[in-house]
Amino acid sequence: MAFTININGQTHQVDVDGDTPLLWVIRDVLGMTGTKFGCGVALCGACTVHIDGVATRSCITSVDSIDKSVVTTIEAIGATLAGAKIQKAWLDQEVPQCGYCQSGQIMSASALLASNARPSDSDIDDAMSGNICRCGTYVRIREAIKLASNG
Amino acid sequence: MKHDSTALLATETNLSRRNFLVASAAVGGGLMLSLSLPFGQSEAAGSEEFAPNAFIRIDGDGQVVLTMPYVEMGQGTYTSIPMLIAEELEVNLKQVKLEHAPPNEKVYANPLLGVQATGNSNAMRGAWKPLREAGATARTMLIATAAKRWGVDANACRAQDGEVVHAQSGRHLKYGELAADAAKLPVPANVALKAASDFKLIGTPVKRLDISGKVNGSAMFGIDARPPGVKFATLAQSPTFGGRVKNVDDTAAKAVKGVRQIVRLDDAVAVVADHMGAAKKGLEALKIEWDDGEHGGLDTKEVARLLEDATLKPGVVAQNIGDVDKAMAGAVTKVEATYHLPFLAHATMEPMNCTVHFRKDECEIWLGTQAIARVQAFAAKAAGLPAEKVIVHNHLLGGGFGRRLEADIAIRAVEIAKQVDGPVKVVWTREEDIQHDLYRPYWFDRISAGLDKEGKVIAWHNRYAGSSVIARWLPPGFKDGLDPDSTEGAIDLVYDMPNFHVEYTRVEPPGIPTGFWRSVGPSHNVFVVESFVDELAAAAKQDPVAYRRAMLGKNPRAKVVLDLVAEKSGWGNPLPKGRGRGVSLQFAFGSWQAQVAEVEVSPKDGTVRVHRVTCAMDCGTVVNPNTVQAQLQSGIMFGTTAALYGEITLKGGRVEQTNFDTYQILRINEAPTVDVHLVANTEPPGGMGETGTSAVVPAIANAIFAATGKRLRKMPVDASVLKQGA
Repeated sequence: MAFTININGQTHQVDVDGDTPLLWVIRDVLGMTGTKFGCGVALCGACTVHIDGVATRSCITSVDSIDKSVVTTIEAIGATLAGAKIQKAWLDQEVPQCGYCQSGQIMSASALLASNARPSDSDIDDAMSGNICRCGTYVRIREAIKLASNG
Repeated sequence: MKHDSTALLATETNLSRRNFLVASAAVGGGLMLSLSLPFGQSEAAGSEEFAPNAFIRIDGDGQVVLTMPYVEMGQGTYTSIPMLIAEELEVNLKQVKLEHAPPNEKVYANPLLGVQATGNSNAMRGAWKPLREAGATARTMLIATAAKRWGVDANACRAQDGEVVHAQSGRHLKYGELAADAAKLPVPANVALKAASDFKLIGTPVKRLDISGKVNGSAMFGIDARPPGVKFATLAQSPTFGGRVKNVDDTAAKAVKGVRQIVRLDDAVAVVADHMGAAKKGLEALKIEWDDGEHGGLDTKEVARLLEDATLKPGVVAQNIGDVDKAMAGAVTKVEATYHLPFLAHATMEPMNCTVHFRKDECEIWLGTQAIARVQAFAAKAAGLPAEKVIVHNHLLGGGFGRRLEADIAIRAVEIAKQVDGPVKVVWTREEDIQHDLYRPYWFDRISAGLDKEGKVIAWHNRYAGSSVIARWLPPGFKDGLDPDSTEGAIDLVYDMPNFHVEYTRVEPPGIPTGFWRSVGPSHNVFVVESFVDELAAAAKQDPVAYRRAMLGKNPRAKVVLDLVAEKSGWGNPLPKGRGRGVSLQFAFGSWQAQVAEVEVSPKDGTVRVHRVTCAMDCGTVVNPNTVQAQLQSGIMFGTTAALYGEITLKGGRVEQTNFDTYQILRINEAPTVDVHLVANTEPPGGMGETGTSAVVPAIANAIFAATGKRLRKMPVDASVLKQGA
């Protein structure tokens, strides 16, 4: 079945089953590979995108649930104020190691900052504990969010 | 500060540099230095044959291009290795560009591994001297070229920011303008390296060069490869090791929209589709009947029993000092213990994947690998083609940790691709990734020590059993029943022990593949040694730091890191009830490290929270303190995950863990504060990437003992034995 979805300000027509996770539409059908696959069951956060500004795990979000909502991915998050601040802080603090989980980390952190300009440590824990980093960059993730919130 | 060429040229040494460097003209008119990293085997064989394995090119526009065999997997190698060249060549680091080395085992062998691979924390250790020498050589040749052109003495010229400068006349020439002529000069027989006090770049916190693409989604990992026309596949492999596909009903799978093909292999079934969503849906719709094979009844307890039994008999002697039996007989106190360490999965965030385009006479592969030549060789065998017909495109690695030293993924993807028309990307689900890993071996240790009346160790006896990864991965490395990985951290201890005896027995768990896992041999041995030394301190009723310190007469560098960690962690300061501090000390991967972990154990349910880890490190010269700090934080989180959660178990021949709910990874809300303190010195660099992992596990276990009085001799932490009244 064909669906029309708005991703990063562009509309796309895709012909897939309605229960197809948004992740695979973004990565495989549309070829935007910045959003990552990690677990497939919303346990790791690597696939995080924004749907109407809310951090959402795209691996369990079916394409037929999107409707008129606006999807933002890592490729376009730099165009938002919070996203740009987070990306800059990520570079300043040199957060990434292998880097694979960082798209998801940045999407979660951007959503946090957009809704909470001065997150506390416990706000950071709440917003970020769904994102696993196997390289263990957590110390710098926390520092970077604080840096971005002061900027 | 500028570098003075006078000092360089005047201090020639007799350093043997047989065929170490060759200079030639680069295509397009530049200077090319072909460099041979000192590869142990050919040196030993007295080979005079020149086999370059790293290349430095200075182009006409002044761009410096380095081709080297090490890969980036988050450890910062793409930044710290070019720093060595930039330092000696006197160029801005931004002027050095990196290119991936193509697969060639003979050419790109890692000097410390003997094969083309990045692992064992040895990229910097292997590159440290030869790459600086190459940079210094190029600089010397560029200075000589400029001096000749100007008709002045080379000693009156110096290199600075990618230029040669003649201070007296104020003249200067860029490297790009000199490179072509420099290529015509003979390579100077000897060049002196900068003194550590003259370093401008080495030792400074340099920003990573590879991260901008990692914050905007443009970084290309293996899983992101998209050759034109690619199809997407996922697979189910036999849930038991050595099992087979008995029967497949693919009617429902074929009916899934987007599913194109079902590929059946002896021990796996793959679904090929237009996208991974359809492939996964198709896979779930498959009805597969498995023949479990000979390991269908296997249980982890059976593996443990095999290892335990093996330690009841003598093993192969890994090290013997003095007479342990005699010393033990005269001991005032005798302490005995047994230790278990579990199988562990790697769980890289990027699940295993490999894209293959198999054609009749050629095979093209896209993936991220730590061992590109190994992938090429094994893929060629699976494809039935000569190695040179297999083209491997290496990508960034979404975590390595030893998992991407293996070729099993490429072999499997080639087997599938042979049945598919056009390129196919095979992606493991997380469940397949965890259930079909090559696991960190299960280890069992039977250990005892004798103490004199002051509590000092007069006898140490350790007999352990487990899999030898080297014996499978690099068979010549396993000699007379021993290999250097299985014994690292178990022998050559930092402590003074007059009577010391260690035996190892290789026991391969039936059917279960084992592999290198971050911090490899020391991930086992440092846990056992440092836990047991802690037990001995307790038996001697002494403070764990003071007890260790008294045994470091021959190890001043170990004493420095131990003292530093004690000071920085506030060792001995009172803690609230339920909290404890534990210490560990190790020499591994060429570096000395001490850690103190501070933990809190909940009296209610026994859960452990690691609040803070203090780490003191002597890794010789610190090339990039920024990277060193990041790697230690990373290694400590990796080890904390293992200590608190890490365990792969088998029941009925099947791995019981499936995804991040049953194979948990430390999350940000559980992550400790990490304080890293580096000891400044000018010794050659030691390894870094793995050291934090092996050191933190015993520090946590020892801290739990301090908090609760309960000694954990088996990892991971079992909260049920720690709760009050348990």
